[in-house]
Amino acid sequence: MPDLGLEVLWKGRNFVRLLGGLWTALRISLLAVSISIPLGMLLGMLMTRNNLVLVVLTRFYLEFIRVMPQMVLLFLVFFGTTRWFGWNLDGELSSVIVFSLWGTAEMGDLVRGALISIPAQQTESAAALGMTRPQILRHIVLPQTLRRLIPLSINLITRMIKTTSLVLMIGVVEMLKVSQQIIEANRMSSPNAAFGVYLTVFLLYFLACWPISLLSKTLEKRWS
Amino acid sequence: MDIQVLRSYFPLFQTAAGLTVRLGAEGIFLALLVGLICAAVRYWKIPVFCQIASCYIEISRNTPLLIQLFFIYYGLPKVGIRTSPEICGVAGLAFLGGGYMAEAFRSGLEAVDSVQKESAFSLGLSKNQALLHVILPQAVSVSIPAILANVIFLLKETSVFSAVSLMDLMFTAKDLIGLYYSTTESLFLLVFFYLMILLPVSLLGTWVERRLRYAGFGT
Repeated sequence: MPDLGLEVLWKGRNFVRLLGGLWTALRISLLAVSISIPLGMLLGMLMTRNNLVLVVLTRFYLEFIRVMPQMVLLFLVFFGTTRWFGWNLDGELSSVIVFSLWGTAEMGDLVRGALISIPAQQTESAAALGMTRPQILRHIVLPQTLRRLIPLSINLITRMIKTTSLVLMIGVVEMLKVSQQIIEANRMSSPNAAFGVYLTVFLLYFLACWPISLLSKTLEKRWS
Repeated sequence: MDIQVLRSYFPLFQTAAGLTVRLGAEGIFLALLVGLICAAVRYWKIPVFCQIASCYIEISRNTPLLIQLFFIYYGLPKVGIRTSPEICGVAGLAFLGGGYMAEAFRSGLEAVDSVQKESAFSLGLSKNQALLHVILPQAVSVSIPAILANVIFLLKETSVFSAVSLMDLMFTAKDLIGLYYSTTESLFLLVFFYLMILLPVSLLGTWVERRLRYAGFGT
């Protein structure tokens, strides 16, 4: 049995530190998700309006954010805006900003899709039955939109968590950075640490995302 | 912004963009292949392989590419599997993309009603004929938008290649920012080149989605 470098994890507080790193990633993504869900709903509703200026502006925002890799967005905010506007952003704040911008765009598109997927007959029939606008919204539109939306927004959380691994590149100390530190510190005593530690990081990410995506899949199947 | 600086950086970014496109194309091609195999294995419910494919799809879809690359590039050499940065990047992209592509193919195959297959059989078509002439044309037309979305996603994911010391666009930008403090010019070129790569694919995706007439029958 070759040395797989797993014993490093049990030295001192290494494993707890790794989990701390995972928590940093989760904290960033949860914060960004909770900002982007309400903003995305607003964006989605704005996009279904028949206002040309609004449509062009929101479309431009959406397309730019979605076509750029998140890494580029991180660079633009972390290196770019700090230079152009002269303010000070640490890595964690920049990543929350970027992921909120990105999440808002994604969420906005989901909301728009869910809203236009409800056929016009539904609201028209409801109106013909004498329901008022708030009633139509409450009993006809919202239940259908939410059923479509909830699994997709849960899925967005897993995508967010996976993307937070990138914040390593702008100097946020998250799980990957912690594992680099652990591997460096134990270079002499366990030269194979890279295998065991990175495998653990891999599994921890999987364990963080898998239950959430299972939940999203189950809800999607049940409500479709 | 300094035009002179832009002009001197342009070739550097051009080379980097070439690398991004080349590795991206190789990775996406392999991802399509892996996805196709996984989808086929699951479609025919071949025992053991079917379970392996399902496991693989869950793992590849629920872990970030950056972590996969770190494991392949820094972890695997410790157990004797050594790869060059390029192979590592392409392998990582194929591993990640395979899962996504498999799901795209599966959703296409599932969209074809079983009545279609039964009708084909009752008309006397063999199993292969039914697959080739009835099921695949419909399945492919359903899954093409998802496949194009995955292509864009995978091209965007190549931006983490700099982590395994591949000199892609991100690497070049970071290098120039660090060396000469020319943030504005580097970021401008970075955005410009990513737009040049990604916008055409994105526009193609929108165009295809709009004009694709689903080959479904009776809907």
